[in-house]
Amino acid sequence: MIAFNKYYNHFNLLSSVLIVISLLLLIFKGLNFGIDFKGGTLIELRASDSKINVSSLRDKFNQMNLGDVSVKKFGNKTDFLVKFENKDNKKNIIGEIKVNLDKSFGNNYDFRRVENVGPKVSAELLKSGVIAITLSLALMLIYIWIRFEWQFSLGAILALFHDVIVTLGVFSLFSLEINLSIIAAVLTIVGYSMNDTVVIFDRVRENLRKYSDIKIFELTNISINETLSRTIITSATTLLALLAIYFFGGEILKGFSLAMILGVVFGTYSSIYIANTVLVRLRVSQKTVLREDENK
Amino acid sequence: MLYFSKLRILFITLFSVLFILIASSNLFKFDDNFFDKKINLGLDLQGGSYLLLEIDNEPVIEQKLQNLTTTIRNYFKEKNIKINNIKIENQNIFFNVMENDKQSVLDVFQDENSDLNPYYPRFKSHQLEIEDTGLNFKLNFSRQGLIQLKTSSQDQAIEIVRRRVDEVGTNEPNILKRGNNRILVELPGLDDPMRIKSLLGKTANLTFRFVTNDQNDRFGVEKLKFENGLEEATVSKRIIISGENLLDAQPKMDTQANQTIVSFTLDRVGAKRFGKATSTGIGKQLAIVLDGKIISAPVVRDTIASGSGQISGGFTFQTATDLALLLRSGALPAPLEIIEERTVGPDLGQDSINAGMIALAIGFMLVIIFMFVKYKIFGLITNVTLIVNLFILLGVLTLFEATLTLPGIAGIILTVGMAVDANVLIFERIKEELKDETNNILAFDGGYTKSRTAILDANITTLLAAIILFFMGSGPVKGFAVTLGVGIFTTLFSVYFIARLFTSIYVSRNKNKEKLI
Repeated sequence: MIAFNKYYNHFNLLSSVLIVISLLLLIFKGLNFGIDFKGGTLIELRASDSKINVSSLRDKFNQMNLGDVSVKKFGNKTDFLVKFENKDNKKNIIGEIKVNLDKSFGNNYDFRRVENVGPKVSAELLKSGVIAITLSLALMLIYIWIRFEWQFSLGAILALFHDVIVTLGVFSLFSLEINLSIIAAVLTIVGYSMNDTVVIFDRVRENLRKYSDIKIFELTNISINETLSRTIITSATTLLALLAIYFFGGEILKGFSLAMILGVVFGTYSSIYIANTVLVRLRVSQKTVLREDENK
Repeated sequence: MLYFSKLRILFITLFSVLFILIASSNLFKFDDNFFDKKINLGLDLQGGSYLLLEIDNEPVIEQKLQNLTTTIRNYFKEKNIKINNIKIENQNIFFNVMENDKQSVLDVFQDENSDLNPYYPRFKSHQLEIEDTGLNFKLNFSRQGLIQLKTSSQDQAIEIVRRRVDEVGTNEPNILKRGNNRILVELPGLDDPMRIKSLLGKTANLTFRFVTNDQNDRFGVEKLKFENGLEEATVSKRIIISGENLLDAQPKMDTQANQTIVSFTLDRVGAKRFGKATSTGIGKQLAIVLDGKIISAPVVRDTIASGSGQISGGFTFQTATDLALLLRSGALPAPLEIIEERTVGPDLGQDSINAGMIALAIGFMLVIIFMFVKYKIFGLITNVTLIVNLFILLGVLTLFEATLTLPGIAGIILTVGMAVDANVLIFERIKEELKDETNNILAFDGGYTKSRTAILDANITTLLAAIILFFMGSGPVKGFAVTLGVGIFTTLFSVYFIARLFTSIYVSRNKNKEKLI
């Protein structure tokens, strides 16, 4: 048996530090919102001429007075991602850009993807993203409240907050782009982390009913160990699937799978070191469970 | 938990085979209608354009209020009530009346049978709200009136949008209402939406009006620019004919002048008016105005009574074709703005499909190998279940002709990773049971029973997340929610029926074997 409970305090401290750092990053550095949430235009461009590279593209786009233009490589050598704000929301901007590029590059390039999100739509998308995440957290809270005692529900929600905040913290730290698919990833993380916590909690509750003489400090450790191989196997297979998406699923899914990978790692960790420690700190005992049983 | 009746085995087999058949209908062509279903590919996979249009209702409201002032004046004139100082400001109509008329004016606007101010009994609301301060009235659209106005202009606009898109002839466009002032246009297979965008961006409000120098024209005058943006002309506000009077419009080559023109045919009313105007206005310039810009202003040389004519204005064949198309499909009730556009080229779509399939195959292989190494025979059972699960998932998506997107493929891969969870929970529990239970069958039975709540809880939490995503997410993300959500059900089915069936067969044949798992 691994003595997970020996490190409860250490990891609680670590998690608190991580959450504080993440919050500070989110407040002061903020998130790198993509055009979905900030509005603007995105062009994925494939070149068939080696003359076309990041700097020549940047020069050309800067001459067009589009405001702040970012040009980046996207996946392989010939693909580029161009983003700009399109502040005036010009109507036929794509057409104008094509005419301009044709002059310098002929038809040695191809627009593979064009996205243009107006300021109104991006504000709405951001709002519905925030609502979706809040709503999912609330629903999880309610569900776990119905299924377990409130101490469990608090533990699970703290673990969820930890996972969401730290994942977003990593995105902020490395200025990774937040777009619609990241919201999808965050919601899935919420589901996954909850899933992981619930399995351990289920065992904790069962053991609480079984043993009256074991303290919660020991009991959580027993439960974690009993479910450990399941935790490891499920995390492993999920991570294998996600790694396959990350490395082979193409550029577009990179951000999504990265967020999910982080989420699965944090989710597995938090089920052990946050959710359970809350039970310990709240001094959950057999009485907690039995009282609840009587009420039901 | 381990007992299966013959009937149940039959049912499970039939059900699985049915969905595998449905899933495989994506690959083969079946003559049967039931099997001839396919998963739709999202725009991000097959390539295409997604346009979200917003109707700018300001001009419509402005126009309606303008008309209303005239109506009000005439209406009360008949009743010998004098309306003074009527004017429009910030979408409100202001006017004042004499003291002894005040009540009768209020009565008219508050009458539920009023034809001046329609009443919607279902919403208990009039079209217009009236407020009075002394003898001054303020009139504006009520909430319900505004909604009514928006829906009606949306209804008209979507009709025109449909006609324009159909005329261009793209395959299977999808045109839908969004809210009460937006229209969603999905154009599969279109990698350059430039032409459709420019067609949808035009209101196509066509009028024929005389150029005048008389500043005291009875209908008022306005200065309008020519299409080239350089010249200007003063044009009367009196409309001779408008786009509504057109029956048909076609691009033509004028061989005499060697230029492309748009020829048009007028309806009876239009022909009559056009004939009259051209007979009285010989020698005058008739301006052809499209969306506030003059296309051309030819001099009237003859009376045109035939009800047909032509517009010239230095068109190329393309611009003439587009103008004719716009005139044929009619004017939009209000300007449209493209507020969101997402276009994916077909080759990127194909690349995404390939990448998604490779990721799926690799993810699948990794999970299968992992499970086999970890659980041997039970790993094999899990793997067979996983394959059947995948087919059933595809079968369900096919049956409902769901739309598969790139995030949707990610959802399937994720399902593969998470689907083993339930089996792992069960197997691990069985291992624990076997520690103090020597009877294999009882241990397996206990494993299944005791792991049930954890499996249920775990899957419901993921399902909740998927449901929220489905309702809050848009486009491709919705596809992810669908595969993730459906995946949960197919996983539970395959774990509790298929995997359990295999397990029970294996366990009952090896009842007395030690260290079964």
